[in-house]
Amino acid sequence: MGNLPFLSLVTFLPLLGAAFILVIRGAPDIVARNARNVALLTSGATFLLSLGIWFNFDPSTADFQFEERALWMPAFNIAYHMGVDGISMPFVLLSTLLIPICILASWTSITIRVKEYMIAFLLMETMLVGTFCALDIILFYLFFEGVLIPMFLIIGVWGGPRRVYSAFKFFLYTLAGSVLMLLALLTLYLHAGTTDIPSLLVYDLPTGLQQWLWLACFAAFAVKLPMWPVHTWLPDAHVEAPTAGSVILAGVLLKFGGYGFLRFSLPMFPEASITFAPLVFALSIIAVVYPSLVALAQEDMKKLIAYSSVAHMAFVTVGAFSMTVPGVEGAIFQMLSHGVVSAALFLVVGVVYDRTHSRDIASYGGLVHRMPVYALVFMLFMLGSVGLPGTSGFVGEFLVLLGAFQHDAWVATFTATGVILGAAYMLYLYRRVILGALVKDSLKRMKDLSPRELLVFAPLIVVVLWMGVYPDPLLGVMHVSVQNIVERLDVARAALDASALAVR
Amino acid sequence: MIRLGVVALVLTLLLVVTISARGAVVSFGGMFIVDDYAIFFKILVLGASALSLLIAQEYLEIRGIARFEYVVLVMLATTGMMLMISANDFIALYVGLEMQSLALYVVASFHRDDVRSVEAGLKYFVLGALASGMLLYGASLIYGYAGTTSFSAIGDVVGALQGATPPVGLIIGLVFVIAGLAFKVSAVPFHMWTPDVYEGAPTPVTAFFSLAPKVAAIALLLRVVIEPFGDMLAQWRQIIVFLSIASMLLGAFAAIGQTNIKRLMAYSSIGHVGYALIGLAVGGEEGIRSVLIYMAIYLIMNLGVFTCILCMRRREEMVEEIADLAGASRSNPMMALALAIFMFSMAGIPPLAGFFSKLYIFVAAVQAEMYTLAVIGVLSSVVGAFYYLRIVKVMYFDPATEPLDRNYGPELRLVMLATAVIILFFFLYPEPILSGAGVAAASLLSGS
Repeated sequence: MGNLPFLSLVTFLPLLGAAFILVIRGAPDIVARNARNVALLTSGATFLLSLGIWFNFDPSTADFQFEERALWMPAFNIAYHMGVDGISMPFVLLSTLLIPICILASWTSITIRVKEYMIAFLLMETMLVGTFCALDIILFYLFFEGVLIPMFLIIGVWGGPRRVYSAFKFFLYTLAGSVLMLLALLTLYLHAGTTDIPSLLVYDLPTGLQQWLWLACFAAFAVKLPMWPVHTWLPDAHVEAPTAGSVILAGVLLKFGGYGFLRFSLPMFPEASITFAPLVFALSIIAVVYPSLVALAQEDMKKLIAYSSVAHMAFVTVGAFSMTVPGVEGAIFQMLSHGVVSAALFLVVGVVYDRTHSRDIASYGGLVHRMPVYALVFMLFMLGSVGLPGTSGFVGEFLVLLGAFQHDAWVATFTATGVILGAAYMLYLYRRVILGALVKDSLKRMKDLSPRELLVFAPLIVVVLWMGVYPDPLLGVMHVSVQNIVERLDVARAALDASALAVR
Repeated sequence: MIRLGVVALVLTLLLVVTISARGAVVSFGGMFIVDDYAIFFKILVLGASALSLLIAQEYLEIRGIARFEYVVLVMLATTGMMLMISANDFIALYVGLEMQSLALYVVASFHRDDVRSVEAGLKYFVLGALASGMLLYGASLIYGYAGTTSFSAIGDVVGALQGATPPVGLIIGLVFVIAGLAFKVSAVPFHMWTPDVYEGAPTPVTAFFSLAPKVAAIALLLRVVIEPFGDMLAQWRQIIVFLSIASMLLGAFAAIGQTNIKRLMAYSSIGHVGYALIGLAVGGEEGIRSVLIYMAIYLIMNLGVFTCILCMRRREEMVEEIADLAGASRSNPMMALALAIFMFSMAGIPPLAGFFSKLYIFVAAVQAEMYTLAVIGVLSSVVGAFYYLRIVKVMYFDPATEPLDRNYGPELRLVMLATAVIILFFFLYPEPILSGAGVAAASLLSGS
């Protein structure tokens, strides 16, 4: 088993499925059915294969595992280099878990251009997995940016009424951030003479240069995450994207930003990260409070969840830049938890949207009387989002706040208000949609969850509870890698302090 | 008739390929040079000419202008380009350039019953003659101050200055020569003719204009500034930097409002020249190599785009408005997919070839620490992405109007498929273009 090129297989198996779907010919309904089946089969197989990574992973080392290396562009010293460590490995699994769920969730709601839709999702899976596995900055950028193409098409072709505007906004916003990062990565490459991420992780850059590169990378990751004030593309993209598109957007795409901070900003530019940490904290605290208040005022369910994502992702930046072991672990855990919970919440909205074609909170109310199972599922994920103990959200937020307290009590205090506000807007949403009297005629014939929909939610429920009740295996996987980053940051801080003393 | 032309060009291409790997050869009293650099560009130009002839046939028949002169003129122009690429002397340069240009003026107005086509030809002629005049004036000044027209001899004169400020006359001469050549590559501010000529000329002619002559002119520009004036880098770099920034910005912003796809491609080509000039401004082997890679990939992308444009017809009539593409993803799925691939590639989105061509340019720029140029470059590529995406949007997001015809011939299908496959899978095996460009760049620099 050890010799299998797991990562390449997991990355490129979906492409094989996409190629297969591309050649399907025949009557439209047969093509659609076959496309769905092939897509589900491929993504399911990919998920099973990715479990192999989980079981063969050695959590006792911070080194990269399952490494694969091949010559790619020798003239530029750029290689095809894949590998995962404790930070990236869980994200690979998150991606491979969510794609089959997305495909299952769009089984009946997507009726036009099913073939292209499935191809787009499989293409996306390749890009997502590739981003987390890439150990060469050019390869990383390739996948990181390549995601834009399928996502642009998914929003633009299968989205809602303002899909064109949203698709463009999403694309151009992220592209503008990323190209600056590209220049930073190129500078890094020419300075260090290599594009190999493991070598760059231990390369010491001069402090002045670090600050520029950190800022350029920050532009890319802050847009992707998204951080206030560059978050405005997110509500638009979420609202207009089809359900599965929102799931991937919230579930995995946003994590690119957090992953980027952990993989690039913190270990490669440690001194700049320490210098700029107050900036990140300030933006994060605004991002915790302000979008939460905005979320309270939303009339559109998807928009509300989108704003809640901004607030939740701000926890990630606080945790990451607290530069403590619990903080960074909390940040990763929060990303994974948010990946599952917010993805599930978009699916939850998708269920009623498929039935009534309305996302307005005002057009619902009292659904618990017609759809008890649905109400239960919704409640579980709502509480996961609030961070109730026993769900995954609690572990993430708790660790982040713990880390933040170790770093600075004020930052932790302000961030903690987000927990309260989060409970406020999520419970308010739940009350308006699920509870109360069932008075609207349009809702009186609503059907409860179908077996297919239950199948969509079942794995997510299991994961949320497992992560909430027994987080140890997941934390164990990332622990050594996180420690490695934090140690590097401690060394940098000591060096900074020493040079500050010397100046004095 | 067209077939014969294609065969002749392909045979020439084979001849050019077989003479490679012999080192630089100079003949005609030092006027004509064949080195790896020239061979690289000759392969590009011959390939581009042959393929743009191949895709022209159907259009010419539909518009009723399938006359044998077309092939003759294109081949004459190609001969001129061969001469330009191999020019090692200002006299040879001018002869090659004029041989190319005169044929191009005629071919631009080839559809002589069409007002726009005739206007395009006339406009191109008047402005082209002005540019030739400037170039000639510059060359005569250079002759006056250097005492020779040979590139290598001028190189010796400039080298003998050993870093001292060159005589003002030489600098002014160089400025005029660069201005004349900037006209030929349609760099801002000498780009005015491009949108009108691209829009007015028959589409296969536009395709040809945007491919072979542009590449040949870039080859010439590179050789002129690197070989004789390589030691005056400090003097010409600022001109190239200005041309580059102005072209990138104008190419990005002026294209936004266009509704005609040929006009849009004109602005797009202006923008692309701006990127290529970044590499030239950097200079050195890295910079030159990145320009060569850029031009090779640009050629393939543009060929693909124009093949798609030649497939745009409705009820046996050619159409060229962007809005005509609405719903093409339904009526013409393969053409729409190919065009979408080219558009994403032109916007520089990985993993398509267009990303790599920009990547190498920016690697060179960052290496030379020309950060301003690099930052303006990446940001204008974001603006550019907007209008490339607009075409994808029209094809994929907009509801279908009347569907486009699907009866285009096998040549168009073949070229479209081949170019799309190359652009899509370039990343798998980039080595041939990279090493070819590397060898060519090295040979250009060793000659100076």
